[in-house]
Amino acid sequence: MRYIRWFYWKFRSDIVAIPWRLISLFFVILLIVLPSIFPHPYLIRTLTLALLYSLFAASWDFLAGFTGQLNLGHAFFFGASAYASALLNVNYNLPPWAAVPLSTVVSVAAGLILCMPAFRLRGIYLALVTLVFPFILSGFVHVFDNFTGGELGISGLARLTSKPMFDYYIILAVTVVSLLIMWKFTDTRSKLLRTGVLLHAIREDEITARATGIFTTRYKIMAFCISGFFGGLAGGLYAHFIRIVGPSVLELFFSFNALLWTVFGGITTIYGAVAGVFILYPVTELLRIHPMGEEMRFMIQAIIMILVLLFMPQGLTRWIRDHIENECPRCKLINFVTRKVCRGCRAPLYLENRSRS
Amino acid sequence: MVAIIIINGLVSGGVYALLALGFALVFGVARIMNMAHTAFYAVAAFIVYGISVMLGVHYLVGVILGIIVPVIMGAAFYRFALDRVKQHELAVVILSLALAVLFQEVLLVIFGSEFRGIPPFVTGFMQISGVRIAYQQLFALGISIVCLALVWLLLLKTKLGISIRAISQDKEIANLAGINVTKFSMITVAISIALAGITAVVIAPIQTITPHMWIPPMITVLAAVIIGGVGSFGGAIIGAFVLSFSEVAFTTLVPMGGWLKGTVSLVAMVIVLLLKPEGLFGTVFEEERL
Repeated sequence: MRYIRWFYWKFRSDIVAIPWRLISLFFVILLIVLPSIFPHPYLIRTLTLALLYSLFAASWDFLAGFTGQLNLGHAFFFGASAYASALLNVNYNLPPWAAVPLSTVVSVAAGLILCMPAFRLRGIYLALVTLVFPFILSGFVHVFDNFTGGELGISGLARLTSKPMFDYYIILAVTVVSLLIMWKFTDTRSKLLRTGVLLHAIREDEITARATGIFTTRYKIMAFCISGFFGGLAGGLYAHFIRIVGPSVLELFFSFNALLWTVFGGITTIYGAVAGVFILYPVTELLRIHPMGEEMRFMIQAIIMILVLLFMPQGLTRWIRDHIENECPRCKLINFVTRKVCRGCRAPLYLENRSRS
Repeated sequence: MVAIIIINGLVSGGVYALLALGFALVFGVARIMNMAHTAFYAVAAFIVYGISVMLGVHYLVGVILGIIVPVIMGAAFYRFALDRVKQHELAVVILSLALAVLFQEVLLVIFGSEFRGIPPFVTGFMQISGVRIAYQQLFALGISIVCLALVWLLLLKTKLGISIRAISQDKEIANLAGINVTKFSMITVAISIALAGITAVVIAPIQTITPHMWIPPMITVLAAVIIGGVGSFGGAIIGAFVLSFSEVAFTTLVPMGGWLKGTVSLVAMVIVLLLKPEGLFGTVFEEERL
């Protein structure tokens, strides 16, 4: 009974009272309910891919947005793990539940490779170096084409489960848990982990962070490994959901997509990446209906990217959050914008005559 | 074998050197990492193809338009987009990358993705120790050497060049000394893209032309600039020649080496970064390196 009351109190004060958490709760419930109500195969497919892409984009955000290690070759993680999973499954007949975890090991190793230049470089220099890695891997894929299938890729992977619907629910559960873990790692107000503050410190000023006694190298390695792990998880699941892996998962455009979604949704917020994917990806899928849509898709995405960077560099979710919630100036609790006084300390949220300030 | 490596290395080295010099100029002066640099090169090649081959107008028209149109586009892009986000280096990288992808897709929609070629301006070939060298290759090499020399003279002797070097060394002091930084940044962008256009026009008959042709030289140019040292114009040229020789040697000697061209550049870049992080001839910017 005590636990139920504690849980209810937590739920009321930490989820319902904070607008964006309430919205994400509704969103998860919607994702659980929607495919059961409309079990259309195309809807399930689009939602599953959107979930996988949002995991991918969020892992990019973790690395680039929070830690400040701008990684322009994020497809390296995704592609390495997708290829590893496919090779393990097709050549060694490992079932998906063994191949996907093993492939995340490969992508964590990819993260370790990628963080070697990060010890020496930062900012744009690092971005340039990381940009090249997927090209190299795709070069190797083409060279060893009797092993990796070359341009055609590897097909005939085993399904995750027998039905797409079950696939969807498994991927939904994995994605939600992974996003929660990533959010917890980056949460600056967490009492459990202090990594959130440390990652922000590394991004803002690494030398100062080091001078205050933070062993930044360790946290950078950690960030690369975590990002590689979740990016690779998305890649492995993607391979078994689509059931064909080709060099397209290593293309520049694939890394670029992660950027586009995250910047559109709002960088340095895990949920921004998810929102970006769930808004932009269905739109680009709808474009395919139009006969020219398939060719114009990437062009439109590039134009969106340029416009977003020029006119809305904060991203969509930041803009929305600014309009629906308010931070108490005294106790830093987050309130609905409709409240007059803070829900925790009763301090007035608005000054009486705002025109004076 | 050695003759092939030397000659092909010289020709592609000249091309890479022009591209890398343009890239290094913009980076040094405007602090802009222009990832769309080689996309302008692809656009110029396609303009020459479209006007001279598809429409059948005289080559000279195509060549002149192929140099002028990208310059105007680049200057407009710099003025209206890059200049606004110049403070955020990462935004510049993403923005110019988006522009490069935009160009690639527009070219794909207009021309399609098949491989194309342009007949050479200068026909015929000569034999040196058993290696066939097309006159077009020699022409490309000659033009690139002339251009490099001209830009070098411009940088060393003219007032414009001195201003450009001053800005690249210290922007604020240059501004205090009465140099109009905005104006000269714009001029530098124009010069750099003109160099890319000239390169494209000269090299187009030797290479296959596809909308994706901007990616491989971009990788090499980035590697060359980092190897030579950021902020050093001469270093970029030397880095470009070093990389082109190693790439040509690799593709000639190793089977299936063509796919691994980028690897050679990257490995060279990583080695240089590990041994001498500021590059071979670069200066150290404390706020940029770790």
